[in-house]
Amino acid sequence: MDLNTVWFLLVGVLISGYAVLDGFDLGVGVLHLFAKSDEERDVHVAAIGPVWDGNEVWLLTGGGALFAAFPVVYATVFSGFYLALMLLLVALILRAVSMEFRHGLDSPRWRRVFDWSFGVGSLLPSILFGVAVGNVLRGVPLTAEHEWAGSFLGLLNPYSVLVGLVSLAMFVMHGALYLRMKSEGALHERMGKVAVGAWAAFLAVYGIATVATFLVSPFLFEKVAAKPVFWALIALLAAGLFTIPRATRAGRSGTAFLASSATIVASIFLAATSLYPRLVPSLGGLWNSLDIYNSASSPKTRTVMLVIALLGMPLVLVYTAVVYRIFKGKVRPGQAYGAEPTAAEQAGIRAVQTR
Amino acid sequence: MDALMLARIQFAFTIGFHFIFPPISIGLAWMLVAAEWLGWKKSDPDYVRVGKFFGKLFAVNFAVGVATGIVMEFQFGTNWAQYSKFVGDIFGAPLAAEGIFAFFLESTFLGLYLYGRGRVSKGLHWFSALMVAVGATLSAFWIIVANSWQQTPAGYVVRNGRAELTDFWAAVFNPSTMPRYLHTVTAALVCGAFVMSGVAAWHLLRDRKSIFAYKALRLGVTSGLVFSILEVMPFGHLHAQQVARTQPEKFAAIEGLYTSQHHAPLVLFAIPFSPPPQLKANIEVPGMLSWMAFGDMAAHVQGLDAVKQEDRPPLWITFVSFHNMVALGGWFIFLMSVAAWNIYTRKLTERPLILKALVWSIPLPVVACELGWTAAEVGRQPWIVYKLLRTSQAHSATVGAAEIWFSLLLFGAVYLLLGALWLFLMIKKAKADPGELQAVSAHA
Ligand code: HDD
Ligand code: HEM
Ligand code: HEM
Repeated sequence: MDLNTVWFLLVGVLISGYAVLDGFDLGVGVLHLFAKSDEERDVHVAAIGPVWDGNEVWLLTGGGALFAAFPVVYATVFSGFYLALMLLLVALILRAVSMEFRHGLDSPRWRRVFDWSFGVGSLLPSILFGVAVGNVLRGVPLTAEHEWAGSFLGLLNPYSVLVGLVSLAMFVMHGALYLRMKSEGALHERMGKVAVGAWAAFLAVYGIATVATFLVSPFLFEKVAAKPVFWALIALLAAGLFTIPRATRAGRSGTAFLASSATIVASIFLAATSLYPRLVPSLGGLWNSLDIYNSASSPKTRTVMLVIALLGMPLVLVYTAVVYRIFKGKVRPGQAYGAEPTAAEQAGIRAVQTR
Repeated sequence: MDALMLARIQFAFTIGFHFIFPPISIGLAWMLVAAEWLGWKKSDPDYVRVGKFFGKLFAVNFAVGVATGIVMEFQFGTNWAQYSKFVGDIFGAPLAAEGIFAFFLESTFLGLYLYGRGRVSKGLHWFSALMVAVGATLSAFWIIVANSWQQTPAGYVVRNGRAELTDFWAAVFNPSTMPRYLHTVTAALVCGAFVMSGVAAWHLLRDRKSIFAYKALRLGVTSGLVFSILEVMPFGHLHAQQVARTQPEKFAAIEGLYTSQHHAPLVLFAIPFSPPPQLKANIEVPGMLSWMAFGDMAAHVQGLDAVKQEDRPPLWITFVSFHNMVALGGWFIFLMSVAAWNIYTRKLTERPLILKALVWSIPLPVVACELGWTAAEVGRQPWIVYKLLRTSQAHSATVGAAEIWFSLLLFGAVYLLLGALWLFLMIKKAKADPGELQAVSAHA
């Protein structure tokens, strides 16, 4: 495997890490729009409060890694998707500050404003994530100099919007499963139903999108059937999709969440496998596409970056796992922002932690 | 206005806005590490309160810092595509390293710090504060590596129409990295110390007997004095010497030296005019600039006249921002010395004037930081990468003026709102009654 392919894989890993981790908190953010009471909203926020910022760093690091490994893609795609990205950035800003600001004042109206901006700030990225993937799968208009030649409205083509719905359903399903793990009582029950509903919706739009991909970008399917990885990923996807509703109904929330994570990873790598070695297909003719060779940084940079990633990422994974472990278990009302647990809750926490 | 000018305005606006928050985050993070340590090790309930109290301020500030930082991460690609293609081979690496080594650390442990109090042991809780501070300080390192490389490029060769990496360590430790890093991080520590002392002074003005406020003030003023001095001497001085060596035209612009000469004077005050470039109403110390830059009163210092017209940075803005930064540096040392002396003689609570000065000086270190960056970045013009790529060749060719107008107005509106909310919440939390905080953590 050459260095270009290694970096193709690593960028894929970062994007998957982002989709799996920030995916659930985006989903929880969307669901938070439909919460039934203030207490429920607090549980939504507290469930992701300690971890969402770390999750979002997967996106930032993915951006940085793309810049370092494939600078031409970073420059062309980001300047090309200009207005869409600006909207995404505003949504991410709203989301980030709302989580903090909503606790700022003891006023129902104040809280309602930030609850809304938190929900909308989660909804928009959930859709735009898929719209971006859709545009890449469909191919983008490029000039011979690899400059962007499209328009903003061109990004909102029906196919890409369809993929946007796929990512929305995926994140809502994933978020509902996470929230089910973290909650009790009525919310826990309801999230089971929501998750299964979102699962059905995901299955439907994913199926339609696959057919649409056949029609829009037949080249994605050209050689892929000969690759064993492709079939392994299909198997993983099928297993994940098969497990989600069963595990949910059986009350095995953890298993369901893992299955949903596997589904996400499998669907992202399926797309990646069929793109490979292209990164951004050109609409005007595939010969003009950006691929892992003509858009790469120098071998020196990619080697240095590989060392940095191999040194840094294991450490990141370890302390991220430790923090998730510390906050594992159901969210209790006392865990609402800033409040310290009472002595009785302390005993409970210790019981959970030593279990 | 053309797309290039708009892109420059948008970049200056968004980074200038972002950089209100990082210095406070970095500085306050270390102040929290100190306070939480004292609270934990000495079992001092007052310091526990100081930690909790300023932890709330920190959380608000950090959130806005994160939100505005996300924009920066992508803006090189959106607005400066030609630049990104030119520097991507070198510039992307520190940006990615910042994510891997710093952002993950600070944001993961911030969750633990904010939600973990009383849930994890006190040692682990203190450790999480430490990791937040370390992460923030590391993040400053990597982004300053990226910035310093574009100021003083090293470890590269221009090949295939772009700068390609040849020596990683030479690129990371290019001539301006360490002077800029030490100067910027110390500036952040000054910001943190001023926030703590100013807020504490406000509480002391209301309640002279508040032990909480007194201890916070003592911690703030002590660190404020140390860092204000370090900031100017040696770090400001070393940084200026480095600029004189590596970017003489910038040095000439910020110092207002328009003719090359021996025995160059240090201008303390003047009003710059151009064209032709000249200073009026000067107050200057003869020979001092030669001595400061090269350790010799007679040394030759290159003036702006040695630089071709089209390679000169703007004069007014660089001179004014630099000199105001330096003046503020003097004020910080003065104020902190006076405050420290009065703490030493135990008279500070009877000196409302000093306390008020501390309150009103809270924003000034952040202002100094903005001025410093303005001097550094505008002084780099007309180059986006010094002597390699002009700013005028660097923006995204495919992004038009209309699109940038849209994003600029959008960010303008959002940031205005964000800034107002931030200020409102910071002031509200700064004025909160510390007596309402539990003094001891419930966790044994
Ligand atoms: C000297 C310090 C410094 C400078 C010059 C910058 N930043 Fe910054 N940035 C920080 C110091 C910092 C910080 C202290 O790490 C954060 C975390 C919270 C805060 O208030 O600032 C931050 C947050 C922050 C985040 C969010 C990280 C997270 O989610 O945890 C991003 C993506 C960036 N920044 C990116 C940038 C970029 C691309 C810059 C340059 C153009 C930049 N920052 C200038
Ligand atoms: C955080 C503090 C910073 C501030 C306040 C700041 C300020 C500015 C200002 C005022 C400009 C506009 C200059 C002009 O167009 O005349 C500018 C431009 C720019 N800066 Fe910075 N800057 C900061 C940090 C950085 C960092 C860390 C980087 C890179 C890693 C960077 C890269 C750039 C680039 C690429 C431009 C746009 C092109 C240009 O106009 O030269 N800046 N900055
Ligand atoms: C006498 C005191 C000072 C001197 C001699 C000094 C020197 C300098 C110089 C020469 C630069 C420009 C560097 C460049 O062009 O690349 C600079 C930038 C800067 N200064 Fe200062 N400075 C002083 C005080 C301060 C103070 C008090 C603060 C804030 C608390 C501060 C914060 C900054 C920042 C944030 C920058 C921009 C980043 C950088 O290039 O380091 N400075 N300073």
